[in-house]
Amino acid sequence: MEELIAKLKPEIIAQLNLEEIKPEDIDADAPLFGEGLGLDSIDALELIVLLEKNYGIKIEDPKEGKKIFFSVRTMAEYITEHQNKKA
Amino acid sequence: MTDLLITGYCRIKDQYITLNGDKLPLPEKADHFQEFIRMIYKQYLASYPKFFKMDNLSKLGYCCAGLLLEKTYNLEKYGKERIAIMASNRSASLDTDLAHQQTITDPSNYFPSPAVFVYTLPNIVIGEIAIRHKIQGENIFFVSEEFDAKTLHRYAKMLLETNSTDAVILGWFEIMGDKWDALCCVVEKVKILEKPDGFHIPLTIESLDHIYSSTNT
Repeated sequence: MEELIAKLKPEIIAQLNLEEIKPEDIDADAPLFGEGLGLDSIDALELIVLLEKNYGIKIEDPKEGKKIFFSVRTMAEYITEHQNKKA
Repeated sequence: MTDLLITGYCRIKDQYITLNGDKLPLPEKADHFQEFIRMIYKQYLASYPKFFKMDNLSKLGYCCAGLLLEKTYNLEKYGKERIAIMASNRSASLDTDLAHQQTITDPSNYFPSPAVFVYTLPNIVIGEIAIRHKIQGENIFFVSEEFDAKTLHRYAKMLLETNSTDAVILGWFEIMGDKWDALCCVVEKVKILEKPDGFHIPLTIESLDHIYSSTNT
């Protein structure tokens, strides 16, 4: 899990053009939206693209997004769960 | 009695920046637009993380207006609804439209970016300037083959004379690939006896043309 979190952080930075943020600035458990990184609705769509492009995961139910994208850790957990299901 | 005055301008063309007649230095020559505009942002403008999410056209307009408004102006003397933004260019949002097109041409690698797509309209640059400087007045974007002083003059004059507007941010923000060219002017309605101490010239077609042509290099 920690390995995946470490991989996700630079991917999120690149996907969202967070040029002034370094991976170590991102707390894996902090909320991505609202406070935290202060992401907006377009960023949410970009995260959906990231999951699809980098991990082949399509989010079918938009309601799931709030839970999946709460933090980097919840994203990593979702990816792991999805990969385990596939295996 | 009031006069309509151009009270400041900023020009960004190729590797040059001119602010009210003075050349602003940059630490080195940039190899491409991204490097150039990043240098301006880092050297002269206040931190604004959203800058890095903007498309090239918005970055250009944001920096050109920002150099002028952050360095030389206190627009707070006007109500936020009484400042207008007019912008214009030749290529509309084509630079970004092409970037978006690249993400949708290959069916096996079809990942359109929402963050790119939202910039596929030229007037988004106006929104970025308005958000940053808390401006809520009139706004309009013109597309014309060349810098059109006549249209810009006529529209700015109309806005200022209809009593809806006290100041106009007037811009030409053109970018297409590796060619960029921007001019931003502030035009204000000033009481004849209260003319500003700093740079000011009357708003005329000739004065707009003069600022544009005299800062071409």
